[in-house]
Amino acid sequence: MRAKEEILGRIRCALGDGPIPAEIPRAYRTGSLLPDDEVIELLVDRLVDYKAGVLVLDAAQAPQAVAEILHAARTVVYPQGLDTQLLGALPETVELIADGRQRQLSVAELDQADAVITSSAVSIAESGTIILDGSADQGRRAISLVPDHHLCVVPASTIVQLLPEAMERLTITRPLTWISGPSATSDIELERVEGVHGPRTLDVLILRDA
Amino acid sequence: MTHVFLGMPAAGQGNLHASEPFPQAAHHELGNTQLRANLRHATHTIRDKRLKVVGELPDWEELRDAGEAIKNFSMATLEQRLEEFERNFTAAGGTIHWARDAAEANEIVTALIREQQVAEVVKVKSMATQEIGLNEHLEAQGIDAYETDLAELIVQLGHDKPSHILVPAIHRNRTEVRDIFLREMPEVDPELTDDPPRLAEAARRHLRKKFLTAKVAISGANFALADTGTLGVVESEGNGRMCLTLPETLITVMGIEKVLPSWRDLEVFMQLLPRSSTGERMNPYSSLWTGVTPGDGPQNVHLILLDNGRTRALSDRVARSALNCIRCSACMNVCPVYERTGGHAYGSTYPGPIGAILSPLLTGIEAEENNSLPYASSLCGACYEACPVKINIPEILVHLRAEDVDSRRGQARLPSQMDLLMKGGSWALGSGKHLGLLEKALPLGQLAAGRRKKIKKLPGIAAGWTASRDIPAPPSKSFRDQWNAEKRSQ
Amino acid sequence: MRIALFATCIVDAMYPDTAHATVKILRRLGHEVIFPENQACCGQMHINSGYMPEALPVVENHISAFDTEGYDVAVAPSGSCVASVRHQHGFLADRLGRPDLKERAARVGARTYELSQLLTDVLGITDAAAELGSYFPQSITYHPSCHGMRSLKLEDRQLNLLKSVAGITVNELPEADQCCGFGGTFSIKNSEVSSAMLEDKVKNICSTNASLCAGGDASCLMHIGGGLSRSGAKPTTLHLANILASTKDEVFLP
Repeated sequence: MRAKEEILGRIRCALGDGPIPAEIPRAYRTGSLLPDDEVIELLVDRLVDYKAGVLVLDAAQAPQAVAEILHAARTVVYPQGLDTQLLGALPETVELIADGRQRQLSVAELDQADAVITSSAVSIAESGTIILDGSADQGRRAISLVPDHHLCVVPASTIVQLLPEAMERLTITRPLTWISGPSATSDIELERVEGVHGPRTLDVLILRDA
Repeated sequence: MTHVFLGMPAAGQGNLHASEPFPQAAHHELGNTQLRANLRHATHTIRDKRLKVVGELPDWEELRDAGEAIKNFSMATLEQRLEEFERNFTAAGGTIHWARDAAEANEIVTALIREQQVAEVVKVKSMATQEIGLNEHLEAQGIDAYETDLAELIVQLGHDKPSHILVPAIHRNRTEVRDIFLREMPEVDPELTDDPPRLAEAARRHLRKKFLTAKVAISGANFALADTGTLGVVESEGNGRMCLTLPETLITVMGIEKVLPSWRDLEVFMQLLPRSSTGERMNPYSSLWTGVTPGDGPQNVHLILLDNGRTRALSDRVARSALNCIRCSACMNVCPVYERTGGHAYGSTYPGPIGAILSPLLTGIEAEENNSLPYASSLCGACYEACPVKINIPEILVHLRAEDVDSRRGQARLPSQMDLLMKGGSWALGSGKHLGLLEKALPLGQLAAGRRKKIKKLPGIAAGWTASRDIPAPPSKSFRDQWNAEKRSQ
Repeated sequence: MRIALFATCIVDAMYPDTAHATVKILRRLGHEVIFPENQACCGQMHINSGYMPEALPVVENHISAFDTEGYDVAVAPSGSCVASVRHQHGFLADRLGRPDLKERAARVGARTYELSQLLTDVLGITDAAAELGSYFPQSITYHPSCHGMRSLKLEDRQLNLLKSVAGITVNELPEADQCCGFGGTFSIKNSEVSSAMLEDKVKNICSTNASLCAGGDASCLMHIGGGLSRSGAKPTTLHLANILASTKDEVFLP
């Protein structure tokens, strides 16, 4: 405890002049002014810019789209709480593995999988960001990380235009992963290149409400 | 030995010092034409990207105002914020450690690794661990630390030093990176080209097994949210997610100034940071964790709260806003000095304009050659304009110059040429009469300039000036003289 | 209006033509110009070099020369000197614990204007050819000095005035917003880095094929001009006041 007390003592001493913090001005935008379809359009535009694959569909068309996107996969991981109707059109040759409380896949098993399909909690159109919060239909963080192909389902009702709007919908203490495109780096000459350690392919299915 | 009271802010240690005066260090770097070409290319690329994405937001200035005020609030109430954070993080199953300085932090990390009985760890890029020299310390303890960020990997494999806080290998171009990989990665494809996607793929293959088998990871943190006990790491490649998610043990080292009052403040900083740093609307990945989540990610979670000179910086009321820095690197990307010298010239972990103020603030202006850093700026103000939390870097630079000059006043030594120039200037420019008197000597300047009407060589400290610039011949009469003559003739 | 000219030390000693040009422009608009005699310097060289106690007499002198009722507004043909008067004098007074001086500094700062600021914001000039009779039949390029651009936020005021001069051709300067490397004693203490910055500025100026580079700060122009001259380049530098003062009857020849 000595270190803690000493550091806090130093802070008190450093602030001996008693600075009075000013009121925090929050004049930035907190509410969207765009109609819903334009918000979706904005999200699509941003995700495409990040080189993600994006489809906007009615919910009923989803199983067929999932089957088409994952046609080359042999093993597909999904979180136990995912709506399995989404997987209904996949051919029987595809091995589907659920990850959940009953059975947690090992890292090696995840590494063997060709793809993962999850849902998502909230998406921010302006920055092209999809947030996963570890709910049952999104699973624990490792499953959307290790497989090289992530197919992420985004219900239209979970899309907002601005980051402050998304904050209201989040439970911040859940383990959160914010995803804005496939993994990328700007480390060589500050030019963005997609595909490093995280999934190198990101497909996004935006589903209009049924 | 001066008396050290418990609670007196102390100087930071570790990789925070310029080892030679900036002008000398800059001299070596300026001679490296490849370096200058690489830096010019990279900084100009990022400047354009930043301007584009910043321009998209109609409320950029309002976000900056909020960011500045939130940080000021955090600093003014730092003790409460840290206690609050500790309570919440601990309640969620995490463990907090406090480290007064670099050595203490290194010892804590080493002990935590030893508890897990492993001899290697994976690391996410972290300025705090760079600052305290953790890798060097671990190496001496027989523990291998693998840097997993691409740029850090390039630096580590190249047996090099970072030169930028966001892109530590900014001084390397793609061909140099390829050559390092060919030399240092035993398993690499000998046909590897310098195409950046191929280089990124080589890094992926090189580190994949390390990620999947690591037991212990070390990270920094971009933010700590006091009211929820949440930590956040902002990254691009997924190496951060790998480290923060797969190992059983996660050890995070974070400066005490990184704490934000509320989770809601993320809505400001997650707009400011990515746009200012990589010039993206959002970075590819961000991870937030609050202590331990059963069944998801590391179950043995530690945070080391590091002082290492931060309270010293906090005690400077003119300059404490330097602690508001969110390490975006926008200031160095726009800095004309950094563009020419690169980061190594600054010596410290923190280069560029923010480094020129932060390093001497953390260590004290008198530490090693750090008193040369505040002069490494033409005060053009590009850094202040770009800073997402509006740190008035030029003003703090000037403040630290004054600290430097004042620190040398008491010393028994001969006054420098600069001291004499300033002393004389104070008299000459302190009244119109004095200046007028001196201006009577302008014809002497004309004489010195001669027929070419140029002064090509000056002695002493002005010799550097005339090494690449002429000085025009002065007029025979000052404006003051001419004005007075005109008035008399009326 | 009665306008007090703050010539600035460098213009007073090295470029009296620029001060005369400033006077001419203002008189042409029908204003009375006075020259507070005890003025000398704004003190930014001392302040920026960290010599605060030495800066104090310089700043006090400036404030006592200009904190008078004898004029309406003050003008200086320099962005950085005005930025110093407006922003640094208060900072210095704060630092040296002089609230009295801070108050007076604020009074002086509030009515001290950079030339293009005065012409545009106070006197409402938008067309130099029509309103000032400005005529300058040459091709120029323009360097916006850092303190005018960033501390005073002059934006396009100087450039717009230059563009509205009759007969002029203004070629755009690549990387115009980049510092020329002067920075006061920076160019002495870090002369090599400063030279590297200057080298790029000189290259960019030459690439415009303009016959001269205009600007609003004599010190930066002296620095750039010194670099152009040493490298043997053709273009020279010239203060915008000289260009605005030039007329068909009396064309300014640099």
